[in-house]
Amino acid sequence: MSAAATPVAAVAPAAVRKASPIENLRALLPYVRRYRGGTALGVATLLAGGLVGAMLPLVMGTIIDSISGEHSLIERMSALPGPLERFLLSFYRPLSGETLVFFSLTLLGIVLVKGIFSFLTRNILIGVSRDIEYDLRNDLLDHLLRMEPAFYVRNRTGELMSRCTNDLNAVRMVLGPGIMYSLNTIVIMVMAISIMVRISPQLTLYVFLPVPAVALAVRYFGKVIHDRYEKIQALLAALSARVQENLTGIRVVRAFCQEEHESRAFERQNKDYVDSNMALIAAWSLFFPALEFLIGIVFLIVLWQGSRLTLQGSFSLGALMAFYGYIAQLVWPKVALGWVTNIFQRGAASMGRLRYILSAEPEIDDRAVAARPADDIHGGIEFRHLTFRHPGAENNAGGRPVLDDINLRIPAGSTVAVVGPTGSGKSTLAALVARLWEAPPGSVLIDGRPIAEWPLHALRRAIGFVTQDTFLFSETLRENIAFGAEAASDLDVDRAAHIASIRDEVLDFPKQFETVVGERGLTLSGGQKQRAALARALIREPKILVLDDALANVDTETEERILRGLAEVTRHRTTLLISHRCSTVRHADQIVVLREGRIVESGNHEDLIGRGGYYADLYQKQLLEEELARV
Amino acid sequence: MSAHQEEEALGKLYDAQLTRRLLGYLRPYRARVTVAVALSLVSSGLTIVGPLLLKVTVDRYLVPALAGRLSSDVAMHGVGLVVLLFLAALCTRFTLDYIQTRMMQRVGQLAMYDLRRELFDRLQRLPLAFFDRNPLGRLVTRLTTDVDTLNDLFASGVVAMLGNCFILTAIIVAMLKLDWRLALAAFSVIPLIVLVTLLFRRSVREANRRIRVAIARINAFLQEHISGMTVVQLFNREKKARKQFAEANAAHMDAYKDAILAFALFYPAVEFLGVLAIAVLLWYGGMRVLSGSLTIGTIVAFIQYAQQFFRPIQDLSEKFNILQTAMASSERIFRLLDEPITIQSPEKPVPLGVPRGEIEFSHVWFAYTGGAQPAEEDWVLRDVSFRVRPGQTAAIVGHTGAGKTTLISLLLRFYDVQRGQILLDGRDIREYSLHDLRRHFGIVLQDPVLFSGTLESNVRMGTEGIDRPAVERALDEVGLGGFVRSLPDGVAATVGERGSTFSVGQRQLVSFARALAHNPRFLILDEATSSVDTKTELTIRAALDRLLTGRTAIVIAHRLSTIQHASQILVFHKGRLREQGTHQELLARRGIYHRLYQLQYKDQEIRVHATAGDAASAAVPAND
Repeated sequence: MSAAATPVAAVAPAAVRKASPIENLRALLPYVRRYRGGTALGVATLLAGGLVGAMLPLVMGTIIDSISGEHSLIERMSALPGPLERFLLSFYRPLSGETLVFFSLTLLGIVLVKGIFSFLTRNILIGVSRDIEYDLRNDLLDHLLRMEPAFYVRNRTGELMSRCTNDLNAVRMVLGPGIMYSLNTIVIMVMAISIMVRISPQLTLYVFLPVPAVALAVRYFGKVIHDRYEKIQALLAALSARVQENLTGIRVVRAFCQEEHESRAFERQNKDYVDSNMALIAAWSLFFPALEFLIGIVFLIVLWQGSRLTLQGSFSLGALMAFYGYIAQLVWPKVALGWVTNIFQRGAASMGRLRYILSAEPEIDDRAVAARPADDIHGGIEFRHLTFRHPGAENNAGGRPVLDDINLRIPAGSTVAVVGPTGSGKSTLAALVARLWEAPPGSVLIDGRPIAEWPLHALRRAIGFVTQDTFLFSETLRENIAFGAEAASDLDVDRAAHIASIRDEVLDFPKQFETVVGERGLTLSGGQKQRAALARALIREPKILVLDDALANVDTETEERILRGLAEVTRHRTTLLISHRCSTVRHADQIVVLREGRIVESGNHEDLIGRGGYYADLYQKQLLEEELARV
Repeated sequence: MSAHQEEEALGKLYDAQLTRRLLGYLRPYRARVTVAVALSLVSSGLTIVGPLLLKVTVDRYLVPALAGRLSSDVAMHGVGLVVLLFLAALCTRFTLDYIQTRMMQRVGQLAMYDLRRELFDRLQRLPLAFFDRNPLGRLVTRLTTDVDTLNDLFASGVVAMLGNCFILTAIIVAMLKLDWRLALAAFSVIPLIVLVTLLFRRSVREANRRIRVAIARINAFLQEHISGMTVVQLFNREKKARKQFAEANAAHMDAYKDAILAFALFYPAVEFLGVLAIAVLLWYGGMRVLSGSLTIGTIVAFIQYAQQFFRPIQDLSEKFNILQTAMASSERIFRLLDEPITIQSPEKPVPLGVPRGEIEFSHVWFAYTGGAQPAEEDWVLRDVSFRVRPGQTAAIVGHTGAGKTTLISLLLRFYDVQRGQILLDGRDIREYSLHDLRRHFGIVLQDPVLFSGTLESNVRMGTEGIDRPAVERALDEVGLGGFVRSLPDGVAATVGERGSTFSVGQRQLVSFARALAHNPRFLILDEATSSVDTKTELTIRAALDRLLTGRTAIVIAHRLSTIQHASQILVFHKGRLREQGTHQELLARRGIYHRLYQLQYKDQEIRVHATAGDAASAAVPAND
């Protein structure tokens, strides 16, 4: 079994080797560059806001200095630009009511200006992150729309969905809050520290004594939590698997009266999960209290040493107040730093997963299109020594090809039917005509030219395809049928529905052609869906009509009606009819029986009945079935 | 449409009844919750100590010393004492917070454990009809993601919300105590903050609703277009898809940009109001300091309090969001817990010791849908009556959709019949307890289910009293003995999820062994249709003979050999029992059975006869 699994696995992610986080994030640069004007402006307002905001504790300290009757903090530190300092000091007088009013208003003025800047910053920077998210999401869909079925065999829908939603969101967090908060943090730190050093280098040094301890603690907790978290995730996955399995086998569980036993087994796993959570809790519960404690210690140092310096005369009450203010400003960056690191780490990993899609290139494209402009397709199909294996299965030793040396000519305008047991390769043959899979060069020809020489768009434009498992979109019936043509009138929809024998039923629905179908609308029966899909193919007026077991869910009577209507339509079209019902195929110009990827019988209905092989047997059984249905 | 509506429902606000029910899960741990609340009360009280100590330092030591009324040394000594007090408060808070957090986190885990167990137990008892209606993936989500969402509520929500209220109260009391006029001046901005918050909430709510709808649309679009990608490509509709997607994507972006605007206004506005409060304190307080009616220390402490005041408020609104998500999850969880158990044992069940082994269907009508009065076309079984005597084997044959599998489900009471009754030893099966009834049945399903574990655990299931020799005997009897002994771990060999490491034939044989080990009085068998190689086929036939001996059996037959061995053949067609008799009788009648035989079994006859030569050689060592 490993022999079968390995090649497929090797094909899937081979294209993407593990990129470093930096590499992944660098892939975002082209997107950011598109909005470089906005980004620059946002960064500028952020810097401006930071500069202005750093004044707040200084002004508060100045007021305290004023009411305690001392010289101003501003005067002593002389860190502000000369004119600004002179301007502010011209209003400063110790123990004066006017000074109080002036600086209180200054406080409000500063916070107002800062507010305007941070309003602009948030609007611009976060707005840009949403713009880029929009671009990225469109690009993701773009790539998905170009990828061939083989890609969707390798990648599960849920997995792709998760990349387009969860991973994109994680990347957006980097572009928005990630960048904004990390810049903000840096600005605050630089500003606060430089002003604090001006006020008192000594106290600044003391205040930063516990920083290494904080950094170490954050690192330690980060690691512990990360490690334990992985174990917890694994146990949670096991728990889900357990429930999944129990519910899948619920009949056996009930029949063997194993409900109690299952409950006990679940309880054990439930307990393991809870226990591993408890281990995390022991660390987690320490994290925030410890952080608060360390922050408290910093304030304690300021109180203690600040008082000492004040008593020595090299510090003032106002300076003490300002320090309190700057430390309050710094507490947030310290917390934010851990948070931002997390955002960047997750974002980089997610960007790696997005790049898997963004760098995927389809195997099936127009690279082999012949230079001269494409003529119209008339509809002649030829399979010439066609041997086909699904990609990824080439190395599968002992695995036989899905199609083995198929030689078949379908002249334009004729009808060929393919019958055969399940797994004989019928659907693959049909899919190759629409180039959903890539056949070896020169083995499939359309109008005598290799299929790859036709532009993909023109080729598919010429084909009306009804797939085996019908897929309708959650839209109205009209939209679903009109889906087939670029510009279909109501009359066209009506006509196509009529030929596909679904028109009368639709008109019986309360909302008629405006009825919404699919997951979120009316549930149609299998037969109704197939007929809607048939109408969707017919409305294209295709040169080549491919019906892949398209009437399997339609009862025999309706089938006959549809076939009568189709006879008119298929007269001038090449028709490839795949079925395991004789009633569907008996009027075809040519019937081909496929078995294990090879053509074993071919001829018209009468020929094949006369030969007494698979087809004749099938016909016999079908007659019996019809008899049974009438009982 | 409905996906969008579901999103709408999520926006539902706090619901008192739900909250009460949720808090009920904390009841078993109320002692611990009480202690945690008490600890958080003390710890909240300690948060006001910092500013108070600052005031003491400033007023008692720094200001007098600066004014020369106190010597520096005395002042420094006093400051040292204050710092020690501060340190003590910090240590106490740290210890209390740690104990409290840890306690509540543990309680949260325990409450989730209880909830998960209750959910799982419920799932074990819900009728099968429930599982027909509900996709499996969604049920798994209830037990995992939805329950985990409640963790935040249990672990931090409850106590933290109370804690925040305590802190707010403590700060307010401290401020009023220090100086009530200054306190009132500071509080004057609170109405403005409330107003701004309300305005913000209202404008964000609308944007959030649009965001949720846009996300639901994007997800639905992706889901649909990824699954239907072939159709999109076959019909050249890539351009249209791109355009549609860009629309949904743009709606998502626009809604977010509106939300950004609200946030961008809100944060600076709140900051402005906070600084306004401080400015008022400094101006009004400063004036009073100048006039001598207030100390500088009080102003300094007030500024600290004003800054502390915002954190619990912000925290509370965050917790409010947690509460909202928890409500949405709990609603889904409780809906599952409230699902009625429609099939259960009667209050006074008739005891069932060792049954004689007679089964009778008497005028049974059954439909999967439509409740007690199904529509005419919904009937799956129509007026079915037959009897299987003790020790007999009844083979059920019929075309697809004839109602064969339904018969089995009814017999085990996976569903209850609408009309008529099913009798076991002459009594309605609904009179026995479910456990008693099912205990006597051995069942083998068409698609044999193996569970992850070992071969042994798969044969034994959870039934006590089936020891390892019994397991080995059962495996021997179905002809798997040689194979099992060839495995390095023997019966302890690991079975992967869904038994994927074993072949179809082996899985069938293991499920035979499972039935055999339980030594049931009745055997129910839905024969597998999938073809296996001839050797396995013969082993299975031999095992089947072994299994059927001495038991009352109902077999949905796909093998000619089974049919020919049956005491009677019941031919179902379109929900009715149409023919009944032995193989020869029914063939002679040239009715439905004759046609079915030609359709489904005739090939086997040819194949089996052709390979009968291998039969003996293959079957004998297997039974050895």
